[in-house]
Amino acid sequence: MIKIKNISKSFAGKTVLQGISGEFDKGKTNLIIGSSGTGKSVLLKCIVGLINPDEGNVYYDLRNFTEADKEMKAEIRREIGMLFQGGALFDSKDVEHNVMFPLDILTKMKPDEKLDRVNFCLKRVGLENVNKKMPSEISGGMKKRVGIARAIVNNPNYLFCDEPNSGLDPQTSILIDDLIKEITLEFNITTIVVTHDMNSVMGIGEKVMFLYKGRKLWEGSNQEIMRSGISELDDFVFSNKVMQSLKNKS
Amino acid sequence: MKGFGQYMIFLHSLVVRRETFKTYYRLVIEESMLIGVKSIGLVALVATFIGAVTTVQTAYNLVSPLIPRYMIANVVREMTILELAPTIMAIIYAGKVGSSMAGGLGTMRITEQIDALEVMGINSASYLILPKIIASLLMYPLLVILAGACGLFGGYLVGMMAGMVSPTDYAYGLRFNFDSYSVTFALIKSFVFAFLISSISSFKGYFTQGGALEVGIATTAAVTASIIAVLMSDYLLAQLLYVR
Repeated sequence: MIKIKNISKSFAGKTVLQGISGEFDKGKTNLIIGSSGTGKSVLLKCIVGLINPDEGNVYYDLRNFTEADKEMKAEIRREIGMLFQGGALFDSKDVEHNVMFPLDILTKMKPDEKLDRVNFCLKRVGLENVNKKMPSEISGGMKKRVGIARAIVNNPNYLFCDEPNSGLDPQTSILIDDLIKEITLEFNITTIVVTHDMNSVMGIGEKVMFLYKGRKLWEGSNQEIMRSGISELDDFVFSNKVMQSLKNKS
Repeated sequence: MKGFGQYMIFLHSLVVRRETFKTYYRLVIEESMLIGVKSIGLVALVATFIGAVTTVQTAYNLVSPLIPRYMIANVVREMTILELAPTIMAIIYAGKVGSSMAGGLGTMRITEQIDALEVMGINSASYLILPKIIASLLMYPLLVILAGACGLFGGYLVGMMAGMVSPTDYAYGLRFNFDSYSVTFALIKSFVFAFLISSISSFKGYFTQGGALEVGIATTAAVTASIIAVLMSDYLLAQLLYVR
């Protein structure tokens, strides 16, 4: 479980996050949603420690990450897997070595054990026979799947996904969403997904946090989101025609 | 001053929370191939032509019958060892290797590859940059030695082919009044320049923010700042090391 308490962050005097608190449950896909520029990615970066919050604390299973020393932070980070918006695969390494990288650096596994684990993870995300391909030779959807394989290769306790569907077609988006949900359940990890895609919210949003102008306005499940009674959330949820037609029918 | 302070903090960050020796060993070998071996052709070509041009210019200017022809080789030797090989090559090196380092790191930054390393608990600065600096310190002095040899050989070829100086005079001029301290001086300079170029270029690239345009700006800034640092340190080293 990850707990955040009163997180605030400003850049050059402009407040981006304001007193955000909440809990992200283990074994569930926890979503942070909101329009562009509401601070979703900044909040995610505060949680993983890529940005230091001005105020507040982040707890990983009761371990205070924000106030931890460098060694402790490094230790917690070794339990983290993260899928970045663009995949963030290393250009100079092929798919196999990209996925193997955390094992090379963080473990003392033997080469054949590492290769077995890499092949298992690549198979798990539906990729086979792409080991020797370079990132520039694979599609956006495949990059995301390689990114997921790299994120889970070291058996993380926490999985973070920053806009996993951006730039993907609807079918591939559903595939990625399903994969994230399956992995979360299968490995019983705490997953946080940042998205503004309503398909993802309705598909995998077991616990959803809605941000609006840097503040948390609502929290609940995807089943409750249609009847939140919060106008800002309704504007966000029913901003596309499919959702509007669903609302009209109901 | 703020930039200098950031640079010093950046240098400190390279040596804390390091990875294993084995990891650095492999990375240093990879970087040495990229930085050193792949620069051999360019360095040899440029140095040979610089040596040739220096010989031609010296020969045209030493017109007095009182000055023996072997002095052409003597002048070429001093210029090549003391300035052309370490300093001019440093400018070439900043343009080729420094820009590549800054561009590569800048691209890694904007495509979140550096963030990916940090999330894994790896000190990205140390992992990515320390091997580049060590490889530079190992390879640049070797490139300077190669440049010196090629420069002197280029001078010999042109001097002989154009009939400006005979091979015997050239060989005599190279050995005449030779002080081995010049080589020591050139090597000291090469270590300093290697450190400055690799660290400044990496610093500029590592802290790139924005997109492709900013990577280009960072690359240009890296080359400019490296060349300025090389020329300033060249002057300081000349002042310091000639007082014996």
